Amino acid sequence: MKVKLYEVAQARSGDKGDASNVGLIARTPAIWEVLRAQATPERVADHFRGVCRGGVERFEVPNLLAFNFMLKDSLGGGGTESLKTDAQGKTHAQGLLQMDVEIPEELLREVRA
Amino acid sequence: MRTIRIGNGQGFWGDNVDAPVELLRGGPIDYIGMDYLAEVTLSIMMRQKLKDPRLGYATDFIGFIRRVLPEIKERNVRILANAGGLNPRACRERIFEVARELGVKGLRVGVVEGDDIFLRLRDLLAAGHEMRNMDTGEPLAPVVDRMMSANAYLGARPVVEALRQEAHIVLCGRITDTALALAPMIHEFGWAADDWDRLAAGTVAGHIIECGAQCTGGNYSRWWEVPDLWNAGYPIVEAREDGTFTVTKHEGTGGMVTVGTISEQLLYEMGNPREYIGPDAIADFTSIRLRQDGKDRVAVSGIQGRPRTPFLKVSGSYLAGFKTSGQITVSGPRAVEKAELAAEIVWKRLERAGVTFPEEARSTELVGTGVCLPGIFPTPAEPPEVVLRLGVRDADAAKVTRFGLEIAPLITAGPPGVTGFAGGRPKAQEVMAYWPALLAREEVEEHLVVSVEEV
Repeated sequence: MKVKLYEVAQARSGDKGDASNVGLIARTPAIWEVLRAQATPERVADHFRGVCRGGVERFEVPNLLAFNFMLKDSLGGGGTESLKTDAQGKTHAQGLLQMDVEIPEELLREVRA
Repeated sequence: MRTIRIGNGQGFWGDNVDAPVELLRGGPIDYIGMDYLAEVTLSIMMRQKLKDPRLGYATDFIGFIRRVLPEIKERNVRILANAGGLNPRACRERIFEVARELGVKGLRVGVVEGDDIFLRLRDLLAAGHEMRNMDTGEPLAPVVDRMMSANAYLGARPVVEALRQEAHIVLCGRITDTALALAPMIHEFGWAADDWDRLAAGTVAGHIIECGAQCTGGNYSRWWEVPDLWNAGYPIVEAREDGTFTVTKHEGTGGMVTVGTISEQLLYEMGNPREYIGPDAIADFTSIRLRQDGKDRVAVSGIQGRPRTPFLKVSGSYLAGFKTSGQITVSGPRAVEKAELAAEIVWKRLERAGVTFPEEARSTELVGTGVCLPGIFPTPAEPPEVVLRLGVRDADAAKVTRFGLEIAPLITAGPPGVTGFAGGRPKAQEVMAYWPALLAREEVEEHLVVSVEEV
């Protein structure tokens, strides 16, 4: 079933120079496996094509049921130089949670209960 | 096993001023760490110090000390802060003045110095230390004349030394936020300088609590689940000698401590999770185990570390031109089109006046139409209002100032429904850009000075 990531995951974002990092945390181990296949760096880069100009790198953090995405060249120069309202990528986590993913019904029941 | 309680009462300069007082009075606590320095705060302090040699530290910290001074000494709660900024000795003098005013005697205040390498930059370059920008790879030498501050991120050791000399308050400049939590653990448990797993554990503990309420329910994805966020308790680490610890908060406070809130904070500002590089050790975040251990208690264990690197990170700032931004609110029918027209008016008038900015040095944002996350949310067809936010950046302050003159005329000479212009003409502000670099650690460590004095 197609759902937004926010139904099955949490996220937090911040800045690293002109890159933002978005940590994504699955709500169950089974969902982490599903996201491992679906929340690929390519898909995340496409989702953020209006923000991210430099590509996306993904790190796995299985012990926290998490992934860390680095969105390179995403902050208009970063920190103090940027003219953007969101110069620190603070909103990028909320943006990632808006991405569509396909989750089997039985896994959804677990998190909706 | 013996436990010590280390809290964070301030995540950054500008954080809730009541939080550290609540942390002190809300229950048992042994150490309170206070973080005041963001990446370019030191450049602001440099300006202040140049104007007045008695300034250059976080003045908010004095207000806090005034509120709690007799109490922290009586209860022996020790305060560790990077509030010293570029002038920790002046900060100590001010604390001593407050102590005398309040009749507090026997207060011991430690100062850590040696992080400030600003005056040594040219010598270090001459000695072959390139200090290239870690983000861009550019060498420092061509920029050195524009540098405004340069400080090495110190580790926990000098703070441990101040604690050994029985300081009630330790004032540092550029110390890592994590060291404020790690130092009490080294001091209390006597961890060895090569006990990498435990040093990494203390570093992780520091990382979890360094942003204050951001691990106790603030900025949390599932915000609707957080009780009484207005009254969120600030975090406390119950540290144990074996390097395991529990994150919690005082009873009766709002917010929450769950595996969810801690996991989010662990990933905050994270790069490669396998190597979180601090001055005291490298921590492997893929080794961390979290377990909910009752309400508002998360037990943390399993942390593995690796040897520290031969470098310390340097945080520099340099003058990189000027910028400003101005905004108006555009309301009523066809608000988006009207805001676009208003922006066109500003840019065309500036062009006619001979003031132009390259594309990457000017911005036009229609706040309310999805500027933070373009393309991710559907743009509302007919928003009742939008905020037009225009900004420019240039090496020439006069050009930036000239831009600032063009916002107010929109009220009478732009489209209808324009309001919300307040605060006067936008003024050119100096841009302090960030220069992260690496420096051989012995170049800094040989210059460290720890002094503890008593009033």
